[in-house]
Amino acid sequence: MKRFLLSFAALAALSAVSMFAEVTVIQNGTIITITKGTFKGSVVIRDGKVVEVGEKVMVPPGATIIDAGGQFVMPGIIDCHSHIAGEGNINEGSVSVSSMVDIKDILNPEDIAIYRALAGGVTSANILHGSANAIGGRTIVIKTRWGVERAKDLVFEGATPGIKFALGENPKRSGNVQQTPGAANARPARYPATRMGVEDVIREAFNDAKAYQADWKEYNAKVAKGERVAPPRRDLKLDALVEVLEGKRFVHAHCYRADEILMLIRVADDYGFKIRTFQHVLEGYKVAKEIQQHGAGASTFSDWWAYKLEAWDAIPFNAAIMQKKGVTVSLNSDDAELMRRLNTEAAKVVKYGGVSENEALAMVTYNPAKQLGVENRVGSIEPGKDADMVIYDKHPLSNYAKVQKVLIDGKVYFERDKDMSGRALKDAEKKKLLDKEKQEQDRQRNEQKKNAPTRRPANAE
Amino acid sequence: MKTVLALLLCASGLLAETPSAIAIRNAKVVPVSGPVLQKGTVVLKNGLIEAVGENAAIPADAWVIDGEGLTVYPGLVDGLSTIGLPGFGPATPAAAAGRGGGGGGQRQAAAQTTTPAPFARGPEDRPQTSSWLRAADQIDASDRRIETARNSGYTSSVTFPTRGIFAGQGAVIALAGNERAGSMVIAAPVGQYVSTQPTGGFGGGFPNALFGVISYIRQIYLDADQYQKAKAMYAADPRGMARPPYDRALEGVIESPRILMPGRHFVEIDRNILLAKEFKQSLVLYGGHDGYRAADLLKQGGTTVLVSLKWPERARDADPDENQTMKEITLRDKAPSTPAVLAKAGVKFAFYTDGVEGRANVYKAVRKAIENGLSFDAALKAMTLSPAEIFGVSDRLGSIEKGKIANIIVTKGDLFQDKTEVKYIFVDGVKYEPAPEEPPAGAGGRPGGAPTTPNDNQGGNQ
Repeated sequence: MKRFLLSFAALAALSAVSMFAEVTVIQNGTIITITKGTFKGSVVIRDGKVVEVGEKVMVPPGATIIDAGGQFVMPGIIDCHSHIAGEGNINEGSVSVSSMVDIKDILNPEDIAIYRALAGGVTSANILHGSANAIGGRTIVIKTRWGVERAKDLVFEGATPGIKFALGENPKRSGNVQQTPGAANARPARYPATRMGVEDVIREAFNDAKAYQADWKEYNAKVAKGERVAPPRRDLKLDALVEVLEGKRFVHAHCYRADEILMLIRVADDYGFKIRTFQHVLEGYKVAKEIQQHGAGASTFSDWWAYKLEAWDAIPFNAAIMQKKGVTVSLNSDDAELMRRLNTEAAKVVKYGGVSENEALAMVTYNPAKQLGVENRVGSIEPGKDADMVIYDKHPLSNYAKVQKVLIDGKVYFERDKDMSGRALKDAEKKKLLDKEKQEQDRQRNEQKKNAPTRRPANAE
Repeated sequence: MKTVLALLLCASGLLAETPSAIAIRNAKVVPVSGPVLQKGTVVLKNGLIEAVGENAAIPADAWVIDGEGLTVYPGLVDGLSTIGLPGFGPATPAAAAGRGGGGGGQRQAAAQTTTPAPFARGPEDRPQTSSWLRAADQIDASDRRIETARNSGYTSSVTFPTRGIFAGQGAVIALAGNERAGSMVIAAPVGQYVSTQPTGGFGGGFPNALFGVISYIRQIYLDADQYQKAKAMYAADPRGMARPPYDRALEGVIESPRILMPGRHFVEIDRNILLAKEFKQSLVLYGGHDGYRAADLLKQGGTTVLVSLKWPERARDADPDENQTMKEITLRDKAPSTPAVLAKAGVKFAFYTDGVEGRANVYKAVRKAIENGLSFDAALKAMTLSPAEIFGVSDRLGSIEKGKIANIIVTKGDLFQDKTEVKYIFVDGVKYEPAPEEPPAGAGGRPGGAPTTPNDNQGGNQ
């Protein structure tokens, strides 16, 4: 009897789950799936995943309906190069190899830039260490889940972590602080100061990593044989590089010039690892074939150039040319402000490079997903994928398009109407708190006055 | 030993006579660890609490204080401070030349135990680390803050060196006016003070960013783990094995029973709970103002919190037209409710002064927590028994119990009130009279903090 009751309870619980499964249907919109065409139709979301996409879908009873009539639904934007959501400096610029540091340790879910990126349609971002070091810190992919309290809830679970490399002017100049020789605060200049030195730093670091890897292999072999040996030291700096050698950590390399791109490909080939993405890669169009052969992706700017000498040869056709040569190309922001309008960055590629509208949008959705190794989860609207979507009122490549709603894991994280109507409420709330504080201050001041001893002549008594 | 001490005190003219026992009778006794006695007697002998009770026997030779209308509390404990380490500001670690004092209070400017390493190229250079530095070795009895704190009712403090990433090891000290600093130490080491504040500038050595500091702390714990394993193996059989190099930075970390890390805002609280768990360290967070948001996290992790009594306030000279964020306004509004929230959630916490000085200021800060929902009893506990528990000394400190250290205060009126008069302060059974809140500027000759005998007072001796 008891067992019967228990199983009955279990059944009830099960049916409760299915009854209250969170189902959302986005209806009547122009669905830009990226991978499966664009059409007027609907998307069915169940428990955070897309379950059906089509012109006609079955609407389950009790589903939450989002009417996207006259609007455009596309996959959430993915920024392959961002520095938001971190607390403190994102450059551990004191050393030329800073692979011991990890963006994951300083994720800050309260950074307002997350909300602004979200409001610009971004649902995932590759958060990178800065470019002050030949080998920089560890990186992490996040979802822009604004409102979560804990840093760990920002993390894109299951996404392969990365590491930042940087070539060219930034790593060679960052350590060479201008100072008077012999001054009290004089510091030793940081090596390297040339592009040759940058290559050397990377090679030396991987020499160390290989030796370290061998030490641990030897130790483990000895332990397995029952020998008595003290363990080698764990080195966080080299741990990350061993992970690169083992293909467990993606290399995202900041670069501009063709020569340094080719240099890094040679280094990677020599040491037997892969560059996952070249970042910025402004002269990528010159060496697109080599990038494609290495199997690397390219994440570039749409039309920024000539802001420094090593960006002199940049052209707005870069993305289109690399794409035509078979490279997976994405467009990134590298900037909290530009991050809010990556859709119009994609539009520039249509204008300059003659890339199709769908391919251009893929450069801010599906292609960056591929570059980050999460294309089975996000980047297009397909059954089985995470329901990360953005709804625009106009075509997303239009200057006039405004983000109306953004969903991550099927949950609405941004709603333009709510934001606008909520502003007055927020102001009122703020005023209330300030008034309360003011009243308290006044009360204390009065009390102090009351309690203060009255002045009287010293000999009054 | 006690006789020697008494003789010394006599020689320096501070004490005319030392009573063998002191009894406070007919007073309201608030033991904190047990129910309040409306009319009780507390007997102090040889620096310890000899007896507590409604009918506790008063030894024949005891000096008796009539406690009619007075209340006896355990002496307050400052949960975290640099009291006893004068001038402990942000600079390179400095250490006193030797232990034991003897110089009559005026110590020489501290000698460096370490050569400053302004430029570190990585964790191997042990940047901003003085984990081996022990507060117990550095106590300077002439620190004027000892008397200031005592006047507010504090009879002990948890004192830590606070410079650098691994700043050093703390000690629980009695706020006595002892000539010998060593006799002030109640327990040491009681933990390692860790700061995550990067101090290196760009081009100025590792680490220069928060995540650099965190990676350094993580590397230290990995190194300590390996160091301990290698040392144990070597100790077991040194033959045929290269000896592990001695590393004082790791020694200091290993001998610390717990770590203190900042927990000033929610994200930091969350982060440092996770880090301490990763490092397998028992964690005490300091700061705690955002704790009202983090009660669940703190409860789950069994984390204890030192809550700063320096409540966030808007700067007096702030531009009134300046736009303030909702975050800062909310923190100012909610921070004082943190103690009440933590108490309700069952999170162990203690107060620390964090630079708030003077009886009026300290009590006002405590009242602010009480006005925001904390019970008087909980507030008192957070300033007595809880800090003792957090630092593992509740077997000797923090409440009025037989056998514990005779650190108690006697007040006229309830504690923490604006007009509370602290009448007597006993540290290690030695009686001190609090100075007036604002000592007259011209009274240069007054011997600061000199213990007095009970018969100096109207309290009466029989």
